[in-house]
Amino acid sequence: MNALLLTLLTPLIGGLLLILVRPLGAAGWLNLAVSALTLVGAVWLAWDVAHAGTIAGLGFRLDAFNVYLVALTAFVGLTTSIFSRPYMRHVCAIGRLSAGNLRLYHVMYQAFMVTMLVALTTDNLGVLWVAIEGATLATVLLVSLYRTPESVEAAWKYFILCGVGIALALFGTVLTYFAAQHVIADPDAGLTWSVLYEQAQALDPTVMRIAFVFLLVGYGTKVGLVPMHQWLPDAHSEGPTPMSAVLSGLLLNVALYAVVRLKMLVDGSLAETATPHLAGALLMGFGLVSFTVAGLFLHRQRDIKRMFSYSSIEHMGLMTFAFGLGGPLATFGALLHMLVHSLTKSAIFVTVGHATHIAGTQAIDGIRGLIRTQPAVGWSLLIGVVAIAGFPPFGVFMSEFLLLTATMQTYPWFTVALLSGLAVAFAGLFRHLHPMVYGAAPEGQRPVQANMLPVLIHLGLVLWLGLSIPGFLAAWLDRATQLITGTHLL
Amino acid sequence: MSLTVMTLLEQFVLLLAALALFLSFVLLAQARLVAAIHIFAWQGALVAAVTLTVALTGQASHLYFSALLTLALKALLIPWMLHRLARRLGLERHTETLTRPALVIMAAVALVIFSYWLVAPMVEHGLVFTRNIIAVSLAVVLIGLLMMVFRQQAVAQVLGFMSMENGLFLAAVSATSGMPLVVELGVAFDVLVAMVLFGVFFFQIRESIDSLDVDRLNRLTETGEIEERRPA
Repeated sequence: MNALLLTLLTPLIGGLLLILVRPLGAAGWLNLAVSALTLVGAVWLAWDVAHAGTIAGLGFRLDAFNVYLVALTAFVGLTTSIFSRPYMRHVCAIGRLSAGNLRLYHVMYQAFMVTMLVALTTDNLGVLWVAIEGATLATVLLVSLYRTPESVEAAWKYFILCGVGIALALFGTVLTYFAAQHVIADPDAGLTWSVLYEQAQALDPTVMRIAFVFLLVGYGTKVGLVPMHQWLPDAHSEGPTPMSAVLSGLLLNVALYAVVRLKMLVDGSLAETATPHLAGALLMGFGLVSFTVAGLFLHRQRDIKRMFSYSSIEHMGLMTFAFGLGGPLATFGALLHMLVHSLTKSAIFVTVGHATHIAGTQAIDGIRGLIRTQPAVGWSLLIGVVAIAGFPPFGVFMSEFLLLTATMQTYPWFTVALLSGLAVAFAGLFRHLHPMVYGAAPEGQRPVQANMLPVLIHLGLVLWLGLSIPGFLAAWLDRATQLITGTHLL
Repeated sequence: MSLTVMTLLEQFVLLLAALALFLSFVLLAQARLVAAIHIFAWQGALVAAVTLTVALTGQASHLYFSALLTLALKALLIPWMLHRLARRLGLERHTETLTRPALVIMAAVALVIFSYWLVAPMVEHGLVFTRNIIAVSLAVVLIGLLMMVFRQQAVAQVLGFMSMENGLFLAAVSATSGMPLVVELGVAFDVLVAMVLFGVFFFQIRESIDSLDVDRLNRLTETGEIEERRPA
């Protein structure tokens, strides 16, 4: 319980402190220190959960599934803060950002971390909703941080679309609570996930079916499922790059986590009806459509950050599909994919941040000859894209291979769709990547001061996961798989 | 549906909810901004009245508190903030020309029918009252959504958003006699923060496109030529 308090209170208090800190240099360091302490708390928490199994109390509940996402969130939060400190100072130095807005950025960074960690750790579906809506509110001002017409437009779209989506999710939550009232006597426990899960088979299937549609559309908007994805490329491309890294790497995961938790409830409720796999089928449909459409859209992108946002939609689609498929193998693959996608995608966004500073533009046409100008950035981008496209020996290959195997076992025909989708996405990424990293650099293009440490750590980990998944991590993911599907894989 | 199967209290709650739904229609068709804000405030007051009525049945004592919270937030504070924003943005006399109001109203009617159709399978619970109230709240939510789609003016869109929240609150209070207090407080906090942020955005949007007509926010498209952009 102490570990949980440390994990949740550190970013909260840190965020409040950051309101007061005036010197800009100090704020960046404080942000980093707070993120580091949060990671310490998260690791401690993971350690506790590994020994105790499940920790519950104060309305929070941690099991193997969410504690792994807590650790991932805190880890990416730390590495991104390492990257963001010099990056945001550079942005400030070239006059794109005022000192007040930089302070806003730091405060909101920590506020965002709090909301995501609360969303992951809470046992209450209502609090989950409040936290996910809070994550939107914390990031919406960051999307429009630069005050350009494009960024204001992106932020407004983000605000309105996610606001509407999340409102529908609240309606779904109310319906779930309504269903629970006929089953659970204590009204205060009616939204507690663990209580609902135990009684899931008694929940009225008709109500739960309608509720799940609302919940899926609502939280699916935040996952970036097509056709509710419209906000995502805009918000991810117009905000500051560290924000893109945490949005793509973390927020989408948290929203998907919510969907999976709710699917577990609905599966329990519908088990005895004529359509026991309705929730899974819906996830598979939405997932496959998102995966395919995003892969096609990769081809026509002209803005580098937009391109990688579409790549995020594509991967979230793949994970949604896999969770919908169900079964231990697909679930294990999806959990692993969540992990490697977050690590790779945030590494790519960090590199893209440096690349745009070198080229002075976000337009793909304007970014040329990165390897010539600054080999570290060029090679990182190349390796990052190779990793995200699913090439061996990186971790993404591993998880995609598992997903394809699982698909082959259950619905062989979908393998064709998945493989062609992967090929389309690969082509889309590489046709843009090739001229950006190779070729001659434009006259006068200079290297920038770049801190490649976060990228190195992330890509190193992804490589490690591709070569051999360490035993403790495999056991951990296996326990999460068992929680979700009821059966072990290993 | 026969009225006799419902208690007098349920009939009264249903009447209030139906009035809230009616106000959703009025809100949808109201072209004058300030008048629309007033209608929204009345809708909030109706939701508070529903909460109070449910509280009087004595099922959950914390509902008195949520009735007060709803009244303060939805009927007073948020309309007041919107009113002040409209004044500061010079929109007191703003009138939006609605394109095809008849069609929009027809669409709203269709949404009400859709809501009833959606909850029709929930007959097993046998509660005519809950079925009706959920359908009515869902209709309020969906009409709010419709308003956000059809209105081009940013303040009107926010009114649609807030009226969706009213529908959600109506559902929570009347179908389930209120969510747990911590959730209710959290939701209220989120709504309040959202309102403050909306206010910030009105000024940002006006600064960037010199108008609050969000249809002009169309620089970010898939096909449009992007000009040389600075890195973010």
